[in-house]
Amino acid sequence: MRIAVCIKQVPDTEARLRVRKDGLWVEEEDLPFVINESDNYALEEALTIAEKTAGEVVVVSLGPERVKDALRKALALGASRAVHLAEEAFQGGDALATGRALAAAIAGQEVDLVLTGSQSDDVGYGATGSVIAGHLGWPHAWLVMGLEIEEGGTSARVTREMESGMNEIFRLQLPAVIEVQAGINHPRYASLKGIMAAKRKPIERPSPADLGLEASQIGAAGSRLEVLEVAFPDSGEGAEMLEGDAATMARTLVEKLQREARVL
Amino acid sequence: MSRFPGVDFLDLDPLLSDEARLARDAVRAFVDEMVMPIIEECHREGRTPVELVPEMARLGLFGATIAEYDLPGLDNVAYGLIMQELERGDSGLRSFVSVQSSLVMYPIYAFGSQQQKDRWIPALGRGEAIGCFGLTEPDFGSNPGGMRTTARRDGDGWILNGTKQWITNGTLADVAVVWAKTDDGVRGFLVEKGTPGFSARDQHGKFSLRASTTSELAFQDCRIPAANLLPETSGLKNALMCLNQARYGIAWGGIGAAMACYVAARDYAMERVQFGGQPIACHQLVQEKLVWMLSEITKGQLLALRVGQLKDQGKARHYHISMAKRNNVWVARESAKLAREILGANGIVDDYPVIRHMLNVESVYTYEGTHDIHTLILGEHITGIPAFNPPERTPKRAARPAEVGRE
Repeated sequence: MRIAVCIKQVPDTEARLRVRKDGLWVEEEDLPFVINESDNYALEEALTIAEKTAGEVVVVSLGPERVKDALRKALALGASRAVHLAEEAFQGGDALATGRALAAAIAGQEVDLVLTGSQSDDVGYGATGSVIAGHLGWPHAWLVMGLEIEEGGTSARVTREMESGMNEIFRLQLPAVIEVQAGINHPRYASLKGIMAAKRKPIERPSPADLGLEASQIGAAGSRLEVLEVAFPDSGEGAEMLEGDAATMARTLVEKLQREARVL
Repeated sequence: MSRFPGVDFLDLDPLLSDEARLARDAVRAFVDEMVMPIIEECHREGRTPVELVPEMARLGLFGATIAEYDLPGLDNVAYGLIMQELERGDSGLRSFVSVQSSLVMYPIYAFGSQQQKDRWIPALGRGEAIGCFGLTEPDFGSNPGGMRTTARRDGDGWILNGTKQWITNGTLADVAVVWAKTDDGVRGFLVEKGTPGFSARDQHGKFSLRASTTSELAFQDCRIPAANLLPETSGLKNALMCLNQARYGIAWGGIGAAMACYVAARDYAMERVQFGGQPIACHQLVQEKLVWMLSEITKGQLLALRVGQLKDQGKARHYHISMAKRNNVWVARESAKLAREILGANGIVDDYPVIRHMLNVESVYTYEGTHDIHTLILGEHITGIPAFNPPERTPKRAARPAEVGRE
């Protein structure tokens, strides 16, 4: 089974963020970047399936030059090759433009399954996977907690988390796009041998034309969403400091939760 | 689980290869996730975390610089970074890997017969066998050339007699690389666990490297087959070549221990509030300590990195390695002391890693060539005079100082 895994490189969630001068994104200089958390789980899931089915994993990512580090890491973990949409024209897009480009890159790979994380840890649109599925015309599942490829490899049994702690279990015809949640498995460490082997694995860098895409369909030009500003919320507003000893404060807090917030 | 942020003041990362960075990050994650949660308990109980051996083997930590036998074949800079990350966790754990890789797999790989290599390298690499290295004796530490352990030919075998002390992994080991005097000088032998006449027992009462096993090996008319001689060994220099490998790794390890102390002290100073609701980091005396640590760590990183590059080019000499080991373990020792001071009473309890590193570094400071012996190696390099064994006392046939190894 050949599996494409879409990974995104995002700022380390433990890093301190500063808003960039133009106010449209965060300052990336000196910011540590890592593979998006739920994408790590998607990759682990893909590697496990590939091992069981003697298949292979192709990692696909859209982003600037620094994304090469994330792809190398994925190759070190066991993916056999990578596709990097690195050209400037691909960059700066919304979920629609990014999903369109990723779908075009995947379409040429003859894969049986696309795995990715449910949501990115930076912008968190949670929509790119659905857009990919839409372009490929494949079924898709979001917030997946369990995945099992069924006998014959033409369908998958998928467990999804619903509201109220219930699970939904269904069968999906392959090929499909499956977006997993963090925690679905236990991601492996790259072995040192894997790291050395990754040196010799190829990273393709197709241009938009290679994928049959016009510049107007991708990146900022192909987006329908325009970021106006990113900012930290004003702090302090709506906060109230309680006073008195611990018992008094606890009593006041319970009253407020019951009467004002009405959550108790 | 908290993730170790590393220390990279001078933006040295771009000087490293992709492989070196990935290797470091993989080992850093392993230490965060699997070592840190158990290491204080291992230290308290005085036990080697042997449960980590399978995962360390899967990662490829044993014999990582060997490119045959399905082993990773890392360069020396990447190997050094691995040692740094392991020692950031615990010096005992780094010692375990140093011994297995540099003092057991390396001599078997470099001086062993094909049959010895085929038998031991894969098993040691997979962590299915553990090794130890027997050079030091109760009465011969800095001067191993004075060793009393002997190996005498006996028909188609050898008979070993003597005692080795301060042997990391001694009682855990399936195979010991033992150095003994023969009629043809010092040679290396493989002694398997269970060989009649060979016994090992642990040394107790240690206040340092408590998450590591330290043992005494005794050989009493211990007969081993001729095939257990490491055929390419011809003198003490072979043992010293092994030590050069291990000492190089320790130079990086010192930086790892210093980084752990620095990060712990910095984070503590930012959060610990005294005097008017201010964190103690606002005091100049605290800042000065942090500045000292960061400066010395940064210099130590440059030193280790350059020696690693020289080693990869085949140009590293034993005195380069002496300078790196001497300096960087000293930096670790001083950093541990300063961090301990910043943490106050919290610096003596194992809720924080500082006191453990402080105790561990005491061993590292005087093992694999004491700080002073490395000083004398550098002194000899500068002056041409071997101060271990001053020329006026032994005018002519002044034996080349035993500590001076060549690669």
